Amino acid sequence: MKAAHLLVRALREPQSVADLDASGWQDLIGVARAEQLVGTLAQRLDGLTLPDAVRAILADATVTTEQGRVAALWEAEMVRRALAPVGCPVVLLKGTAFVAAGLAAGRGRSVGDTDILVPRAALPDVERALLAAGWEWVKPDPYDDAYYRRWMHELPPLIHRERDRIVDVHHTILPLTARIRPDANALIADAVPLGNGLSVLSPADMICHAAAHLFADGDLSGGLRNLWDIHCLLDEEFGTDGLEQRAARHGLRSAVLRAARLAYDLFGTPIPGGWRVRDGLDPLFRRRLLARDGWGRGARRATRFGFYVRSHAIRMPPAMLARHLWTKWRRG
Amino acid sequence: MRYRFAVRVGPYGFRVGSDWRAPVAALEHLYADYPKPRDGVANFTVRLEATRSWRRFVRPSVNIGGDWFLAEAAPLPLAHGLLAAEMGMNLQLALGGRRHLLLHASSVERDGRALLMTGESGAGKSTLSVLLAAAGWRFMGDEFALIDLDTGEVRAFPRPVSLKNAGVAAAEQAWPTATFGPWLRGTPKGDIRHMVPPSDDLARMDEPARPALLLFPRFGSPDEVRKVPRSEAFVRLTQASTNYTALGWRGFESLVRLVKAVPALAVDYPDGASGVAAVERLWSAL
Repeated sequence: MKAAHLLVRALREPQSVADLDASGWQDLIGVARAEQLVGTLAQRLDGLTLPDAVRAILADATVTTEQGRVAALWEAEMVRRALAPVGCPVVLLKGTAFVAAGLAAGRGRSVGDTDILVPRAALPDVERALLAAGWEWVKPDPYDDAYYRRWMHELPPLIHRERDRIVDVHHTILPLTARIRPDANALIADAVPLGNGLSVLSPADMICHAAAHLFADGDLSGGLRNLWDIHCLLDEEFGTDGLEQRAARHGLRSAVLRAARLAYDLFGTPIPGGWRVRDGLDPLFRRRLLARDGWGRGARRATRFGFYVRSHAIRMPPAMLARHLWTKWRRG
Repeated sequence: MRYRFAVRVGPYGFRVGSDWRAPVAALEHLYADYPKPRDGVANFTVRLEATRSWRRFVRPSVNIGGDWFLAEAAPLPLAHGLLAAEMGMNLQLALGGRRHLLLHASSVERDGRALLMTGESGAGKSTLSVLLAAAGWRFMGDEFALIDLDTGEVRAFPRPVSLKNAGVAAAEQAWPTATFGPWLRGTPKGDIRHMVPPSDDLARMDEPARPALLLFPRFGSPDEVRKVPRSEAFVRLTQASTNYTALGWRGFESLVRLVKAVPALAVDYPDGASGVAAVERLWSAL
């Protein structure tokens, strides 16, 4: 069995690892690390009889993600304190939101940057408050800076000079250059307060965001983890009630349905029968999601390249893309 | 990957995949006496890959990859492939190790008690550990000292010693019978040669030792010994640790326990012989 399939199978049916030999385990751990799912794998296999070496490796992964969780919650608290005087809603996104809300998707999940969503009108105040509280621009560059501010859904990344952690400040969930324009006001209006001054997206919006992130933005690298997030949100937390209508409102119906179909296909996520239609492109997405070998290397070069091209094509119109790439290329 | 190698050093197993035969052959020579990873499953993966597929053949250039990697790390020429493998293995442990507090330190053992020596590159901690091993101490490692988070004991990590420039001659003189790797000349770290630790010490790599003394040696200055306060030792060790921050509270606890348990001394020494003499003197005064 191919390495990426081993990972999917182990996450879906933890008992299935009983038949692995040493090289199977090595592949499984290699691909899980590369896909940033080794902490999740450790949670899924917890309590099973495992070879000692594997148990030790997974215990280390758990230590790592547990410390990552503590650090992520602390960073969210630091952001909250810095932004309290601004008085605007602050919505946690992605991994930080999963661990802050105690969701299944946060169990064993690695959390990197802190992603937050704030109203666009509050951006100047938010930016000032963060800069005053010790964050600074990661790599100041006039073209990138202007590009971010005009076309992106987030500020250029800010890094805290003492804690070395990045915060990404979003005002919506897809670049302004993309054809799809999610309803950012609705995202913020319907966010669910956590009771500590921070919020997370509503259940349906959380799924919409995860699907948007997976299929409407980027080249699907690290996509297996995003799909696992979606599986957990659908299966263990929220189900699919009202999801299709909400997705349609954001222009994300097709992304959400594709995410649901692929989650069903790979992880056995329960979804409505009417959603299980055949789609000619699904196999290609599936192929891209599983493009990883047991040494942790990207496999299927042509598929990956195709999705890389796609990520730019869906991000902006062709003429604009040409100008952008020309500028980036000239600047080396 | 095309060529593969696996080894266990102390508690950690490594596998190295390479696009070329040469680095794997060098590893097989250097690690001939080492065990294989437990249960056949390595903790860490290192990949030695061509920067472009055609660069496997033309001016071959080795990119260091693996579970953890540094985006800014420059590729090395294939002639330094062994160094690339060693750097890759160090990097995996430095960034990925979570079972121990990792200190950039050499360590030797006598009577079940460990001496830790830490300091900046060039302070002589590698050379001093080799000279002490020649004087009858057990060699535990010259790169990382592993402090067990549960027991506070030091675990051995006896990698081949990476000797630089003048350190090579000193080691060859102290251990004329030792196995040495090939000369790696003109590397970013200078001229390098690896020395395989004594096989008796490799056979005992799974024996932990209780930390007894912490030294901050400095090579090339007149003999002098100074007491290092716990607070200073603590701060210097946070800087010498590659995973102190990543371990969070457990790292803090473990380091506090260490600096409370052992005396810390800064030792200046003009040459190897007086360094060894100073260590013996301080050790017997414990």
